[in-house]
Amino acid sequence: MSKINQDQVKQLAHAVRIEISDEEATKYAEEISQLLTQADKMDEVDTKEVKPTTHGVVTELGKVLRQDKPVQSITQEEALKNAPDKQDGHFKVPAIME
Amino acid sequence: MKFETVIGLEVHVELKTQSKVFSASPNAFGDEPNSNVSPVDLGYPGTLPVLNEEAVNFAMKAAMALNCEIATDTMFDRKSYYYPDNPKAYQISQDKLPIGENGWIDIEVDGKKKRIGITRLHLEEDAGKLSHHPEGYSLVDYNRQGTPLIEIVSEPDLRSPEEAYAYLDKLKNIIQYTGVSDVRMEEGSLRCDANISLRPVGQEEFGTKIELKNLNSFIFVRNGLAYEEKRQAEILRAGGQLQQETRRYDEKTKETILMRVKDDADDYRLFPDPDLVPFHIDEEWKERIRQEIPELPDARKKRYIEEIGLPEYDAEVLTSSKDMADFFEETIQLDVDVKQVSNWMMGDLSAYMNKHLKELHELPITPEGLAKMINLIEDGTISSKIAKKVFAEMVENGVDPEKYVKEKGLVQISDEGQLREIVTQVLAENEQSVADYKAGKGRALGFLVGQVMKATKGQANPPMVNKLLKEEIDKL
Amino acid sequence: MSLFGYTIKELEEKLRKKELSASELVDMSFNRIAEVEDQVQAFITLNEEEAREQAKKYDEQSSDQKKLFALPVGIKDNIVTKGLRTTSASQFLSNFTDPLYDATAVKKLADEQAITIGKLNMDEFAMGSTTETSSYKVTRNPWNTDHVPGGSSGGSAAAVAAGEVLFSLGSDTGGSVRQPAAFSGIVGMKPTYGLVSRYGLIAFAPSLDQIGPMTQGVEDNARVLEIIAGHDQNDSTSANKEVPAYTEALTGDIKGLKIAVPEEYLGDGVDPEVKEAILNALQMFELLGATVDRVSLGHATYAPAAYYMISSAEASTSLARFDGVRFGVRAENTDNMIDMMKKSRGQGFGDEVKKRIILGTFALSADNYENYFEKAQKIRTLIKREFKTVFDNYDVVIGPTTATTAYKIGATDIDPVTANTNDMLTVPANLAGLPALSLPCGFSEAGLPIGLQIIGNHFDESTVYRVAHAYEQATNHHKKRPVLEGENK
Repeated sequence: MSKINQDQVKQLAHAVRIEISDEEATKYAEEISQLLTQADKMDEVDTKEVKPTTHGVVTELGKVLRQDKPVQSITQEEALKNAPDKQDGHFKVPAIME
Repeated sequence: MKFETVIGLEVHVELKTQSKVFSASPNAFGDEPNSNVSPVDLGYPGTLPVLNEEAVNFAMKAAMALNCEIATDTMFDRKSYYYPDNPKAYQISQDKLPIGENGWIDIEVDGKKKRIGITRLHLEEDAGKLSHHPEGYSLVDYNRQGTPLIEIVSEPDLRSPEEAYAYLDKLKNIIQYTGVSDVRMEEGSLRCDANISLRPVGQEEFGTKIELKNLNSFIFVRNGLAYEEKRQAEILRAGGQLQQETRRYDEKTKETILMRVKDDADDYRLFPDPDLVPFHIDEEWKERIRQEIPELPDARKKRYIEEIGLPEYDAEVLTSSKDMADFFEETIQLDVDVKQVSNWMMGDLSAYMNKHLKELHELPITPEGLAKMINLIEDGTISSKIAKKVFAEMVENGVDPEKYVKEKGLVQISDEGQLREIVTQVLAENEQSVADYKAGKGRALGFLVGQVMKATKGQANPPMVNKLLKEEIDKL
Repeated sequence: MSLFGYTIKELEEKLRKKELSASELVDMSFNRIAEVEDQVQAFITLNEEEAREQAKKYDEQSSDQKKLFALPVGIKDNIVTKGLRTTSASQFLSNFTDPLYDATAVKKLADEQAITIGKLNMDEFAMGSTTETSSYKVTRNPWNTDHVPGGSSGGSAAAVAAGEVLFSLGSDTGGSVRQPAAFSGIVGMKPTYGLVSRYGLIAFAPSLDQIGPMTQGVEDNARVLEIIAGHDQNDSTSANKEVPAYTEALTGDIKGLKIAVPEEYLGDGVDPEVKEAILNALQMFELLGATVDRVSLGHATYAPAAYYMISSAEASTSLARFDGVRFGVRAENTDNMIDMMKKSRGQGFGDEVKKRIILGTFALSADNYENYFEKAQKIRTLIKREFKTVFDNYDVVIGPTTATTAYKIGATDIDPVTANTNDMLTVPANLAGLPALSLPCGFSEAGLPIGLQIIGNHFDESTVYRVAHAYEQATNHHKKRPVLEGENK
């Protein structure tokens, strides 16, 4: 059974702003379904009493807090250096609305 | 059918740390666009967030001032949404473990006290700024990106727009006292969204919730909520149904306008940010921050009543902003009559601020100035009437009252000989009034005082004028 | 003279004695590239002009010779280099000519005077295990150019194996340093999570990613790790620990060492030739005085599933910043903001990347979070716990790095069991944050290298290196080198 269909894939792709074709949607749906089938095997493991782990090794954050000292790192020119489009010191983007 | 209004507020407050919450860029307002940014703020590939300790301190301070329980273990989450002002397309925020929870503040509306619950207070990063241009494009400035922000979510405990207003006022006041933010709505360092729903009186279950945005002043919050209260009641009374939606308050038309209908697709896919690790706030850290919290408005008010002996109302007004309270305390340090200071601040000063919509810190008047002026009245150098003129110059232009009074020749005439001459002359010119007074018409004396004041351009010492007039009339 | 067969220590000596100049060393690297790069296709971007200039500068003022003086290094193209194009093998970043800053690991190499030769090919955003998902080129395995070098650090492995650079940096999220090291017959180390700063590593899955050195031999590997490891104020997940001198751990003595071999690591999915090489290696360890016991890592079976959920979920957000606003290639002719973002990402990303972002988005959606993402995080807890139990009793865990030798280029017929076994061998170390190294332990009949994997306890790289070094010195596998067509050898 397919775990995810073409429409769902398209919806997810839209949510993360990726345009995909129907062919891609079909292909991804199939491949993702396989991965989800494999993932469903995790249900064999009883994890009721298990807490989730976020990192293999957890560092003490106390040691990586930053002191509140401002540093000017790059110029406006550098900030805009790789911008696909810019104007008056700003990044320029198409209008939000259609 | 009678409805009960249910309001909850979400308030965002920018913290005034020196640098940003997850990068070392300066946290400054009003500079050239994209000049206070680093690769971290721009979401450059490979960059990582490092938490600013002071931002945590400030958030804790605010949470403590709002009576929140402080988390012992906390962490940050990624909150996903795509928008050009959000450079990583996720905001680093706190979901499951906010820094503060279960707080409250007390408000007072129409003399009735009420405790409003605070669900949570969490730390997050602010976004950049987007400006839209009608030519069909938008411009992005990331200077604001990464400014530390606290989000304060109230319980749905507010029952009227007035309560919402009072809550905001109190919240702003408390945060201002802590010093962690400028809390200036006009500069965006305080922002507010409101949730409002109606339910039939007596019903437990909440009605359909509407979110209100674009509320750019406390007054707009109150007006927007009042409009929405009416609108929803009308729909419900007509048997209509509400839908979950976000509405915008239009300042010009004073109406709320539909922005978008909420649906299930609003999924921010929150999960723990793997770039940051869970962290622990121990008792020592909490205690250190607790010690740094200054006296808060309610405590100060109590002290004014109990130790300085102000009436409750005066104490309330004087502590209603940190500016006012600090000004008051500085002034009374200066060997001056406390009651007079309170009267001037609650009277002419408040009136001026209300009339011109100004905050105290925006005015040039100083505690030293006010104290000097009050002492000029006390020692008879100027009359109360003249003092009003002097005061106007002090709030408007920051003049030094002593200098001003001297330069403008406003010093009161208290020389008895000089005044007696004028009095005699006035009496001579107003025989009828003298006769009236003698015939028992008390008002006539007021007229005569006025004539003396006129002759002295208001500079005559009023008690002395009264005394001399009576003496001279008796002689006649 | 070529870069083959010399250790960093030997070259250091030659350079100090002026038997070799920085320029000659850098020439050697570029000459080799000119000779074999056509066949190997390891580089996306070369840094020739800069590198030669740097070498010249070093030759002119070479009084103060630092630890990696003039040594030619290649950098995986997901590690940012100031002023040098960094693409992560994606078309989205094809115009990303100046990332504005150096990754911490790159900066540390530069501080020790290593010379960056170029940026190395990889699977796009490190998603893949063959380097075929690169949107630039297909890198070839120097041992047989019909085969892949492995991935995702395929370019980093191939360039070292082909002698184009002396060593390279790779990154390992689920085996991306170790697997290509095994396929390409070199040494690759994935350090303990948090040992090497991730600042400047273009994130795939931040809770799993680690930068690691790829070298011809174990000693060089230890030497490079000594330099790139260490606490970094720019990385909140960076460990605040003193970095041991790993090279001092290379005593050759492993008497009394306790080795655990998980049953699951020598199961049916493992190719008989690979299994045999591993069993031979285990015998060698016993000869060297170690004891070998079989153990079970039962939850490793679920590691690949947990890995795909966690890594894809993290990646779906890590790659969200590529929106066409501040850097990268923006799609042309778009109607509005959303359309611009969708087209830029749709056109800029390849299939594998898009697929994983969508999978990760699915796993993080409100309806699936508990069943997929959080479930995977809980499996992760169990895997970590299982390793802890093993390391309470053993010094290292040993098994194959991969189930087979290098695949053929374009192979689409990889058995799902094999693929799953491959993942099962490498991803547990990432999930548990453990250091793991691959080194050559033999060759298949077809002449392709086989890799042995040594997994150590958290921050116990010293033991891993000591074991690897003892084995390496007792065998000759590392002395073999690939012969590329057209070489006059």
